[in-house]
Parts: sequence; C-alpha cells; structure tokens
Amino acid sequence: MASHDATAGARPAHRRLGAVRPRRGEAAGKAVLALCAFLSILTTIGIVVALLEPALEFFTEISPVEFYGGTDWAPLFEPARFGVLPLIVGTLKITVIACLVCVPFGLGAAIYMAEYARPAIRSVLKPALEILAGIPTVVFGYFALTLVTPLLRDIGIHVDVFNALSAGIVVGVMLIPTVASVSEDAMQAVPAGLRQGAFGLGATKFQVSTRVIVPAAISGIIASFVLAISRAVGETMIVAIGAGLLPTMTLDPRLQTETMTAFIAAIGIGDVPTGSVEYKTIFAVGLTLFLITLALNLFAIRMVRRFREVYE
Amino acid sequence: MRGRALREGSFRGFLYLSLAVGLVALGALLVQVVGDGFSFLDGVLFSNPPSANPDRAGARPAILATIWLLGLVLVFAVPVGVATAVYLEEFANKDRWHNRMLELNIQNLAGVPSIVYGILGLAFLVRGIGLGRVLLAGALILTLLVLPTVIIASREALRAVPGSIRQGGLALGATPWQVTFRSVVPAALPGIATGSILALSRAIGETAPLILVGALTYVAFDPTPLGAFTALPVQIFQWIGRPQEDFRLLAAAAIIVLLGILLTMNAAAILVRNKYQRKW
Repeated sequence: MASHDATAGARPAHRRLGAVRPRRGEAAGKAVLALCAFLSILTTIGIVVALLEPALEFFTEISPVEFYGGTDWAPLFEPARFGVLPLIVGTLKITVIACLVCVPFGLGAAIYMAEYARPAIRSVLKPALEILAGIPTVVFGYFALTLVTPLLRDIGIHVDVFNALSAGIVVGVMLIPTVASVSEDAMQAVPAGLRQGAFGLGATKFQVSTRVIVPAAISGIIASFVLAISRAVGETMIVAIGAGLLPTMTLDPRLQTETMTAFIAAIGIGDVPTGSVEYKTIFAVGLTLFLITLALNLFAIRMVRRFREVYE
Repeated sequence: MRGRALREGSFRGFLYLSLAVGLVALGALLVQVVGDGFSFLDGVLFSNPPSANPDRAGARPAILATIWLLGLVLVFAVPVGVATAVYLEEFANKDRWHNRMLELNIQNLAGVPSIVYGILGLAFLVRGIGLGRVLLAGALILTLLVLPTVIIASREALRAVPGSIRQGGLALGATPWQVTFRSVVPAALPGIATGSILALSRAIGETAPLILVGALTYVAFDPTPLGAFTALPVQIFQWIGRPQEDFRLLAAAAIIVLLGILLTMNAAAILVRNKYQRKW
C-alpha cells in the first residue's frame, strides 16, 4: 500500500485532509451498482424496440390512416378490417366513467384524511385504503361481473352481461386510493402557516380546505388525476372480464365493448402464429397504448415535481 | 350564519361519502367472495389439478406456481432494486444529466401498463430468445414489472436515514462504501423490507402480463421453472370465464386463497414497519 505509506508517519505536516481513499474492490462494487441501475434503461429500450419493430412492419401492410381513421375493428375476420377507433372509444368510455368515480371520491377521501381526520382515525383509514389498493385486478373483475352488474340491473339500468358501465365504475373504485394518496401527500406538504393564517382570519374548515389547501396543492392533485387516467387507460383484467370483447363504435355505456388492453389480452390468449398480421396488431395497439400512457405519466411526474419544489 | 353551517355540514357529508364508497366497496367485495367461495374452499382445491368437473377441480399447480413466482421475483427483483436505489441515493451525482434521466426513466416505468410488460415478455423472452412459455419467463417479466416499485420504496427508505449518520461514519475515516453498507443500508433495512414485501404482493396478483407469456394453459403437474405454468390469478381468470355456475364459485374459492396470501404479506409488511422502523 504505497499510497498509504506516503501519507503516514514521517511528515504529518503534509498530510492531506479530505475523503478517505477507496478500499480495494470498492470501485468495482460501484460499477456493479451502476450496472443494476442501467437495467432500468435497458427495460425501456427493450419495450420501445419490442413494440416499434413489429408495429412498423404492421404499418407497412396497413396504412396508419386506415388504422387510426377506420371505425371497423375485425382483425381476425375475413376480410380483416383494421380500424382501431372502436378500441379507442372503448378505452375512452372506461376511462371517463372511472374518472367520474375516482376524481370526486378520491379527492374527498384525501381532504378528509389531510384536514379533518384525527390521527387515530387516520391510522385505521390509511391501511384500509392500502388494502383496497392491493386487491388484484382479476378480483375486481370478478366483483364487476358478479356484483356490480346485477346491482345495476336491480336498480333498473338495463345493462348487458358484459358492459362498460360496471367495468368503468369498478376501475374507478380501484383508483380511489391512488388519487387519495397522491393528493393527500400534496396537501400534507402545504405549510401549516397557510392553514393557521386562514383560521386566524376566521375561516371555517370548509373554507380553509377548498380555498387555501386545495389551490395550494393543486399541482399534486392534478398529478393524481392524471396518474389515475393513465392507469385506467392501461387497466386490463377488469375490462376483459367486466366489459367484454366486442368492439363497438358506440358511446352507450350499457353495452358490451372492447378496450385496447382487452384486445391485446384476448390475442395473447390464442396461439396466433408469429409474423402474421394478426400477431403484429397487438404491437401496433400496444405502441398506441404505450405512447398515450407515456405522455400522461411524463405530465404527472412534472406536476409532482412542481409541488415538491415549491414546498419541500 | 346558517348558510355557512349548512355548507360546512354538507361538505363534511360529502367527505364521509367519499370514504364510504371505497370502504363499502371493499367490504362488499370481501363478503361476496367469501360467501360465493366458501363451499369450494376445501382440501380438493389445494391438492387437485384443474379438471372439467368442478367438484374434482383444484388449483394445486397454480398455487405452487405462484409460490415459485414469489420466490424467483424475490431473488431477482430485491437485490437489483436495492442496488439501483443505493446507487441513485448514495453514489450518483444528481446534477449529471444521465442520472436525472435514469430517475425519470424509473418513474415512468412505474406507470407503464402491466400488459405492455407482457408484450415485452412475449416478444423478447418467449419468442425472441426462445425461452418458451415457461415459469421463468413469467418470473423475469414480473421482476421487470415490480423493479421500479422496489427501487422507489428503497430510495425513500434510504432518504429517511439522516445525514448525520453518514457524516459520523465519514468523520471516523470510513470510506463512502463502508458508510453506505455498514451504517446507512442497515438503518434503512426495515423500510426496504416493507416496500419490497408490498411490491412482491403486487407481483403475485398480476394476471395480464402472465397471460401474454402463455400462462393461460392447462397444467396438470407440479410446475418447474423451465416448464409450462399457470398462476393463481390466471387460474381464477380462466374459471371466471367458464359458463357453469360452479366454476364461478370455484373462482371465488381461489380468490379467497389469493387474498389470504396477499393479506398475510400485507400484515407482515405492517408488522415490520411498526416493529423495526425508527423515527429519527
């Protein structure tokens, strides 16, 4: 250890102050850590390549105009038709219904936990919502099919056995904890001084919540909504079980429908030969799905960073 | 003043309603599942393979495969996830563009729909490198799926360790590596364990990516890593799709088993959090 000898003992006046030199093997160890981190980049590259290559091949056979402009989706029929709009409409229906459920109730739950609940109540509610968030989607699909759909019929809404309405409602219920927890984080990050100032001026709890806390936490709240939209768009099992596999170009939520994700899953179940146009459709649909969720995620990440920058 | 009290009261009512929606749904779901599945929750479910006869059909291969998946994802995802978190929190220079990109990339991966991971598995693992429709392919794809969750949870645990722990170690002449692995990581271990258990419980509830790597199939024998497989959520999906009422009830019984595993893991996570987590 020559380097050690040079600094030790003889001439203490020249001893360097500063960080200790790395021990043997530590540089290699750091390289291993960096390599693990690099795996996540590799995953992204893998996803993009896996989707892009077959999707581009698909688009040489089917023009993007026909794909994104067509209103008839029947890739497995003769003659095959590849208009993806019915799948996009199906996805949109589910997403809108889910948001009608998870946006108001998720935000309400967040306001209650951040501003109203006593610590003892909060410590019970939070794990309960975490359990709801941890229920597998296939179980929620069972819930939509066997409980929500019959319930809708009981109250006089004439829905199909498979329908967009009950699947959308259940996706919304699943997303309540997502909206609640991200929004609550944003509200907790609002400095207590803002709250105390408003109370000092005689504001009620309702006024403080709606006119001070929610506006101050708005970027985080919007982020929670956008994350929920992204997850509703990407949700597969609930819609495959609850909403059915019939592509329809209708906005009626009582009818059977098919989403982009459910189509991918349905093709994945069958043993479609590699290289066929049918096989490549899942990559074209998958690429579309990936790009939509990518845009939503990047927007949500930016909004979350904004409230972190302001208050933390 | 009366209008004000009314507004206050109705807003409170709305907040209670918001909570009730989620909690009542959770309760109704549990009651429905237990009510439906209880009659089929017996030894047959645990000891028999699937069958066309609902009275003799079981989920033994699916349950064993889920345990295999749990073990493999644990072995693959946790070390890599923790290593990535340690790199990003303790060693990476956050001002460098590539480290910022790495962070953004991980946050985005956490939001990629699970079915897209399934497409990745189908294209690269099953068909690309010719691994086939085997349990290992399922485990690898679930690993990639939960890796961002493990990384994010581990980073939060590492960030919660106060800087004074690091500075104390450095002042005593330890190298950054020694400080990280002898002081910081051990202090963050409860948080890392909690986050990892929750991430694993997400992995074994996943259905869609496994369907794409070929888990929706008839398996009558005990699974091996390089053999065909079906997992518990996939088995549930298959039974829900059958027209006979008895298979629906069988699906409910399998859901009870799956929820039992998940709730046990959740309870373990909460236990670790409450027992070992330190407040600094």
